[in-house]
Amino acid sequence: MDLVEYQGKQLFERNGVPVPPPGKVCRTPDEVEQAARDLGGMTVIKAQVKMGGRGKAGGVKLARSPEEAREHAESIFGLDIKGHIVNVIYVEPGSDIAEEYYLSVVHDRVGKGYLVICSREGGMDIEEVNRTNPDAVVKEPLLPSEAADGLPRERALDIMTRANLPEDAREQAADLLVGLFAAMKAEDATLMEINPLILTTDGRVLALDAKVSLDNNADFRHDAYAEWEVEGLEPADPQEQAAKEAGIQYVKLDGDVGVLGNGAGLVMASLDVVAQAGGQAANFLDIGGGASAETMAESLRLVLSDDRVKSVLVNIFGGITRCDLVAEGVLGAMDQLGDIEQKLVVRLDGTHADEGRAMLTDANHRNVVAAATMAEAAERAVAFASGA
Amino acid sequence: MSIFIDEHTRVVVQGIGRQGTFHAQRNQDYGTHIVAGIHPDKGGRIWDPLGVKVHATVKEAVEDLGANTSMVMVPAPFTKDAILEAYEAGIETIVAITEGVPVHDMTEVYDVVVRRGGVRLIGPNCPGLISPGKSNVGIIPGDITMPGRVGLVSRSGTLTYQIMHELAQAGIGISTCVGIGGDPVIGTQFLDVIQAFAEDPETEAIAFVGEIGGSEEQKAGEWIRDNIPDTPVVGYIAGFEAPPGKQMGHAGAIVKEGGPGGESAAEKKDILEGMGISVATNPSEAAQLMIKHLS
Repeated sequence: MDLVEYQGKQLFERNGVPVPPPGKVCRTPDEVEQAARDLGGMTVIKAQVKMGGRGKAGGVKLARSPEEAREHAESIFGLDIKGHIVNVIYVEPGSDIAEEYYLSVVHDRVGKGYLVICSREGGMDIEEVNRTNPDAVVKEPLLPSEAADGLPRERALDIMTRANLPEDAREQAADLLVGLFAAMKAEDATLMEINPLILTTDGRVLALDAKVSLDNNADFRHDAYAEWEVEGLEPADPQEQAAKEAGIQYVKLDGDVGVLGNGAGLVMASLDVVAQAGGQAANFLDIGGGASAETMAESLRLVLSDDRVKSVLVNIFGGITRCDLVAEGVLGAMDQLGDIEQKLVVRLDGTHADEGRAMLTDANHRNVVAAATMAEAAERAVAFASGA
Repeated sequence: MSIFIDEHTRVVVQGIGRQGTFHAQRNQDYGTHIVAGIHPDKGGRIWDPLGVKVHATVKEAVEDLGANTSMVMVPAPFTKDAILEAYEAGIETIVAITEGVPVHDMTEVYDVVVRRGGVRLIGPNCPGLISPGKSNVGIIPGDITMPGRVGLVSRSGTLTYQIMHELAQAGIGISTCVGIGGDPVIGTQFLDVIQAFAEDPETEAIAFVGEIGGSEEQKAGEWIRDNIPDTPVVGYIAGFEAPPGKQMGHAGAIVKEGGPGGESAAEKKDILEGMGISVATNPSEAAQLMIKHLS
């Protein structure tokens, strides 16, 4: 789960990572104007989307007055930043910036540890800095055993020194990094990025931005994760929403062939086979291992609730999933759905496949077609979608 | 021969709830030596319907029964501790089936158990492994394959079954099939398994099934090119149609936007083919390529 800036800053604040004084979260130009008036002085009007490049897209603007704040809000609300429409704006008191740096801690999949990245060149795309001036970027890999009791302060200070931060910022930045690393572990974050980390004109080091990703697998030990699920912060999709509530793995795609199967790999392969048959999948849906007839029926209803879907491919290789239960779920869902236009192509193999296939044959449902192989199933589903 | 598990494998099962019992029984029916179930409060009882004893600790089962392998089926919140217990008890091969383990937990576990401890950990979020005719530890259905000379390694469960099934229909069996799991941090990588296959005299050809995300497939490819160029190797990378930035079911199956590159299926295929490895565009084609290599 990705957080937007204001949420990231709230999380930093809770963990003692210094941020600017709190601003206000707004959903209308009126609220933005009022917030600017309440905060007084210079304010920054910031689009809250889970997408980088806000500044370039015109999503971050400086306002000298409440009226100007309102004007900016009117242009920022509704802005499309790489497919993310702005519904929420964060109004923050302006900070007096002397210098801008870059700091992040990421979980390092390749090194199976953590990676601290720090640069004196902040406020711009760090990948760009890395390309044009790699010497300005310090990348410090860290193993769990090296930071079992937290990131040692001398190591943090060494990173700041090597990144060539000015002496009056180093100590504070080192403290901030120690806190950031502790927050990363405490919150089960996989990414914490501050760009820019600033030195203010009065000599304080603060996180002026916050990009945070949390590990969904750790939600069982973080009641706070539910708090971050706020409406309007990411594109709302009815199927993705319904899938989330039902605990079904679903991803919306661009095509018109609904795809569901058991196991992430098999479903990904099904998307590939549909494309190779000349079609395009409308979605990815994994019914999981050992699915019941109800799960199957619920998944099928979900896929068919998307009105772009013109045909459906059901691809099952039964291991712990029983094909007879899948057939039962398919037929049950068809009964409930009544008269539908879409054809379902069902491919069953593995555990109890013969029973499952026999059930489909016996039912002889006008919408349900059985296929012997994955390739044949994909070809037929694509043909049905294109009206053949 | 086979790799990692064989007829001498003696398994303890950590997690003897409904799922653990169901799969342990299937493994036992297959002929796997399940020597005990582990439950801290139920030591001394008989584990129905397997008919073996429940022990309170893994250590007890290692000392009293010579257990050398553990299958971890406990829920995700307890997986870290279960794996560490197995490691401390001296288990040689730990197979973690559980899905949904936090990535920080696994990062710490990897550091202790694999990097510093040197113990074999497979998974988590994996189907386990099978050496047909000898031992089956995990949730792979034993009846879809048979003993043979192809080594199979995969990040996906059902996709692996699909390929084993197609090979079996062509009369081709498996030496060992290892499901390494779909998480970002797993104990055993493609490369580890492929190196073990290279040393196994009974494995003559290797099939590997990768996914989008990460770069472990490329590492394995380099090693194959440099060390076993004459071994028939066939690959498939699932997810050619997966859009960037979307997690496709498995926690590790994501092409990161603005990431390091090389994470998409098309990029992986290109890189591997540049190393002289044939990469199929779907699982059936992978099976067919293997059949062609062996005929």
